[in-house]
Amino acid sequence: MTTATQSTQSSSATAKRWLHAYRQMVAIRLFEEQVNDLYTRAIMPGLAHLYIGEEAVAVGICEALRTDDYVTSTHRGHGHCLAKGAAPDRMFAELLGKEAGYCKGKGGSMHIADPATGNLGANAIVGGSAGIATGAAFSAKNLGTDRVAVCFFGEGALGQGVLYEVMNLASLWKLPVIYVCENNMYNEYTHFSETTAGDILTRPLGFGVPSSAVDGQDVRAVNAEATKLIERARKGEGPSFLLCNTYRYRGHHVGDVNREYRTKIEEQKWTADRDPIAVLTNWLLAEKHSDSAQLEEIQKEVRTEIEAAVKFALDSPYPTLDEVDQDVYA
Amino acid sequence: MPETMTVAAQRELTLGEAVRDAIAEEMRRDPTVFLMGEDVAEAGTPFKVLTGLSGEFGTNRIIDTPISEAGFTGLGVGAAMTGMRPIVDIMFGDFVGLIMDQMVNQAAKVHYMSGGKWKVPMVLRTTLGASRRSAAQHSQSLHAWFAHIPGLKVVMPSTPYDAKGLMKSAIRDDNPVVFYEDKMMFRFKGPVPTEEYTIPLGLADIKRAGDDVTIVATSSMVQVALGAAKLLEEIGVSAEVVDPRTLWPLDEQTIIESVKKTSRAIVVDEGYHHYGVTAEIAALIAEKAFHYLDGPVKRMGAMHVPIPFSPPLEDATVPTEKAVFEAARALCNRA
Repeated sequence: MTTATQSTQSSSATAKRWLHAYRQMVAIRLFEEQVNDLYTRAIMPGLAHLYIGEEAVAVGICEALRTDDYVTSTHRGHGHCLAKGAAPDRMFAELLGKEAGYCKGKGGSMHIADPATGNLGANAIVGGSAGIATGAAFSAKNLGTDRVAVCFFGEGALGQGVLYEVMNLASLWKLPVIYVCENNMYNEYTHFSETTAGDILTRPLGFGVPSSAVDGQDVRAVNAEATKLIERARKGEGPSFLLCNTYRYRGHHVGDVNREYRTKIEEQKWTADRDPIAVLTNWLLAEKHSDSAQLEEIQKEVRTEIEAAVKFALDSPYPTLDEVDQDVYA
Repeated sequence: MPETMTVAAQRELTLGEAVRDAIAEEMRRDPTVFLMGEDVAEAGTPFKVLTGLSGEFGTNRIIDTPISEAGFTGLGVGAAMTGMRPIVDIMFGDFVGLIMDQMVNQAAKVHYMSGGKWKVPMVLRTTLGASRRSAAQHSQSLHAWFAHIPGLKVVMPSTPYDAKGLMKSAIRDDNPVVFYEDKMMFRFKGPVPTEEYTIPLGLADIKRAGDDVTIVATSSMVQVALGAAKLLEEIGVSAEVVDPRTLWPLDEQTIIESVKKTSRAIVVDEGYHHYGVTAEIAALIAEKAFHYLDGPVKRMGAMHVPIPFSPPLEDATVPTEKAVFEAARALCNRA
C-alpha cells in the first residue's frame, strides 16, 4: 500500500517535472516563431538569431539550476533567457526596443540581461562571455555562496583563445563554472568541421577540466548530465565542460534563408527524426506521463501567453529620447 | 607634539608607495577588493610597487595569474558584476592590446546594455611612458584608446599625492576605471598626508599658477611642463600648468578658465600626437575659448613612430622640457 502510494507520487512528480520542461521548450519554440514573424514583417529591427531546434539544451541545463545561479548567453540567446526564467512580454519588448524591455530597449535581442534570474547577459561577441561567467564563479567561491555559473556558447567560440585562458584559470582556482558548448554544427555559415581541428572533448582535458558529451536533442539526457556537473561544481570540485550536440533548424539569422552551405536532406533528417520537442513528447506518451490532450492544452496555453506577450510589446512605448545618455555610467 | 605634527605633514612617499598605500587602505576597508595580475604577489610586480601586500592580505587577495591578460581581465569583469571589486593589474601598458575586447565590448558596455542593471566596479591599473630603453612593445602610452570609449573612466595621476587619492576613488567607483601610472615616476617623491583623503574623479588641479600661457599636461608630462615653466620664468614668461588628472571625466571648466585668463595654450601628453589626447583638449579649447586666444593651440605628443630602442632615438620621440619651453616662448613672441 505504502509502496504503491510512493510510486504514484514519484511518478506524478516525474510527470510534473518533465511537463514543465515540455512547456519551457514549447515556449521557446513559439517565442522564436513569433520573432521570425515579427522580423520578416519588418516590425522587429536589427538582427534575429533563432534558437529553434536547440531548445533541449537551454531547458535541460536551466531546469537543473537555481534561480540565483548565474548564466551567460550568446547572440542566439532567447532560449537561454527564457529557460532561466525571463518573461516573454519583457523579452519581446526588449526585442522591439521598447522601454518595458529587460534593458529598457538599450540592449536588444543580443544583450538581454536580468539580475532577478541570474542572467548576466547575452553577448554578441563570440566567446565574449567566457570571462564574465568565470568571474561570476570566482565571486561565488570567494564570497562563500554556493552559486554556480553556466557559460553557454556555440561551437564557433571554440576558435576564441580567451575561452582556453579562462578554462585554465577556472581549473587552477577550482571555480564553480560549467562551460556548455552547444554544437549546432555551424559557425555562422561554415560547417564546424572546417574550423575545428582534433577532438573537442580533449581540449578541456588538457586543462584538467573534465568533459562529456550528450545528445542535445534529448532534454532528459542534457538535464541528467547537467545535474551531475552542477552538483559537482556546487560541492567545490571545480569546472567542467559539457558538449551538447544539437542542430540549428534555421539560418544563422532570420535573413539567412537559402543556406547554400548545407543540404535540405540534412535539415529534414534533423527536423523529422530528432526534434527535441518530439523526442520528449514521445517519451511522455510512451511512459504514460501525459496524453495528447494534455500536451495540446499546454501548447494552447503557451500560445495564448506568447500572443499576449507580443501584444504587450507592440503596445509598449519606445524609451523617451532623454534615455539615450542615461546608464552610460553607474 | 608639534614635532610629531611637522614630521607627519612632511611625510614623503614615492608614487609607487602612494599607489600601494591606497590599495592597502582600500583592501583593509572593503573585503571585496582584491588584486590580480602577473607577478603581483610575492614579487610585488617587476616595479616592486606592490611589495608587502601579499604578506598582509594573502595570496587569495593578491593573486598571481597566468600570462593570460584577456582571460583574467574578463574574469575581473564577471567578478565585478557579481559582488567583488577587482583591481586588474596589466604590467605594461602595451599589453592592453590583448584585453581590448574585455574592456571595450564587455566592461564598458555592461551597464548601458543592461539598462543600468549590472555594473562593473573594476580598476584596471597599468603603465605608460617611454625613455626606459624598453623598445617598441614596452614603452607606449595608449591611454587615449580608453578615453575614446563611453563607459570607461581614465585616470592619470602625476604626483604621489594625486595617485593615492585618485586610486582610492577609482576603487570605490562603480564603473570600470583605467588607472595609468608612469613607470618612470614610480620612485618620484612627494608629500602625502598620513590621514585619509580621496580625490574625486573629474577634478583638474592647477599645478602652478601663471598669467601668460596655459600648459595643459598629463601624467608624465606634468613634471616636464613644470620644468619648462621654470625656464620660462627666467625669461619673464609666467606659465600656468593645468593637470586634468582624469581624462574622463574631464574637468573642462578648469582648462577653459585658465585659457581665458592666459589667452595662450599648449597641450602636452605622452600619447601619440596624432588622433590623441592633445587633439581632444586642443579642440575643446578651440570650441569653448576661441575668442580668447591670441594664437593657435600648440599640441605636443609622442612622435608618430614606434618607440625606438636606441637611447638618442627614443629620447627624440617624446616632448622635453626644452621643447615645451621653446614652444611657449614662440607662442608668447619672446625671442
